[in-house]
Amino acid sequence: MTLSMVKIAADTAETAEKSGSLPQQDLSTFPGQIFWLLVTFGIMYLIMSRVFLPKLSGMIEERRDRIADDYDQAAELKRQAEEAEVAYNQSLADAKAKASSIAAETRADLDKEIATMSAKNDEQLASQVASAETRINDMKNAAAAKVQEAAVDTTRALVEALIDEMPTAEATKAAISQN
Amino acid sequence: MADLLNVIITNLLGLAKQNPIGLKAADPMEQFEIVRIFPVGNTPFDFSNASLSMVMVVVVSCIFMFLATRKVSMVPGRMQAVGETLHGFVSDMLREMAGNDGLRFFPYIFTLFLFIFVANLLGLLPTLPSIPKMFHVFTPTSHLAVTLSLAMITISIVLIYGLYKNGFKFFKLFLPGGVPLWLAPLIVPIEIVSFLSRPLSLAIRLFANMFAGHLILKLFAGFVVSLIAAGGLMSGLAILPILGNVAIYLLEILVAFLQAYIFSVLSCMYLGDALHPDH
Repeated sequence: MTLSMVKIAADTAETAEKSGSLPQQDLSTFPGQIFWLLVTFGIMYLIMSRVFLPKLSGMIEERRDRIADDYDQAAELKRQAEEAEVAYNQSLADAKAKASSIAAETRADLDKEIATMSAKNDEQLASQVASAETRINDMKNAAAAKVQEAAVDTTRALVEALIDEMPTAEATKAAISQN
Repeated sequence: MADLLNVIITNLLGLAKQNPIGLKAADPMEQFEIVRIFPVGNTPFDFSNASLSMVMVVVVSCIFMFLATRKVSMVPGRMQAVGETLHGFVSDMLREMAGNDGLRFFPYIFTLFLFIFVANLLGLLPTLPSIPKMFHVFTPTSHLAVTLSLAMITISIVLIYGLYKNGFKFFKLFLPGGVPLWLAPLIVPIEIVSFLSRPLSLAIRLFANMFAGHLILKLFAGFVVSLIAAGGLMSGLAILPILGNVAIYLLEILVAFLQAYIFSVLSCMYLGDALHPDH
């Protein structure tokens, strides 16, 4: 197979050689080829460099600028956002501080009020307690006196019943008090 | 075995030349022939199929660029995205090879790349059957005259711009910095020869690639015709060169791009020399 191909190729080369040379070696065609190459290549160069490439380059340039601009703008916006965040944090911190100071003040006021109120209460209670104690003491003394009186009476009655002589109240009282 | 093969080949060739169904493989060299379409006055600058194909390259390139820039917008459409990709591809290549001041050559490199690439690609289109020979698909870059002229344009720009911008310092190009002076008698001739061989290497690389690629495509196509014409078992074997051609065709599309790229990259590099001859 390959052999036959080689044979045909060799055959072809042989015919080419027989008919002179390669078409590429035919110098008479050179001026025409070179002339038309220069013409067509020159025209193509002019069209490309004057018409099409500026359009394409311009757009690529514009896009690059636009992207750079957008990037700058984005950076600027980011900076502004960061600034705003700082300001926000600042005002938040301020507000917090203010709120806590107000709370502290209020608490202090309330504490003071509570203190005065409880002091007043305590005073009132103390006076009430004191008056009550006085009353209790009075009643206690009165009761004690009555008990003594009853004891004296009872003793006198007892003594009268025993010896048929009623001691004086003072004597009885003294006798009871000795114990 | 060898005798059998020989018989087969002889039969195959004989059948291909005068086969019963009248099929005949075209000469693979025919695609490179230059046919005059009309003469231009008394000058030798005939308008030929080569000229026509170069005009087509310009037309196709301009249509592409027209579509790419028809409605340029901030958010590119499909064609604009392709155009901008090409733009970025070429400008990156130029910046990398010749530095930022190399961008002054951007329109030239862009045109060069697009011209070679479109020329290579258009040459890969199939020829419509039975149309006049002057309208057969033709690859201008498969001709040394064209590739050499393109290379000479680049080298001329390098020389003219390099001398205009750097004056005498341009010749530092031939003695790279850091080379000891006693090596100069050795280095300078080598550098001069390498400088002079640049246009040739540029031209021959592109021409040889396009020439060989298209020749192989047509050769394989010829095998297909010959094998089918041979009839019988041979016709079945025609599938092999068809598959081969598909593979080569894909490869040729890659080569079309690659050679345009290599030509442009090297041009960028040489233009970089014109801008900065001292390194």
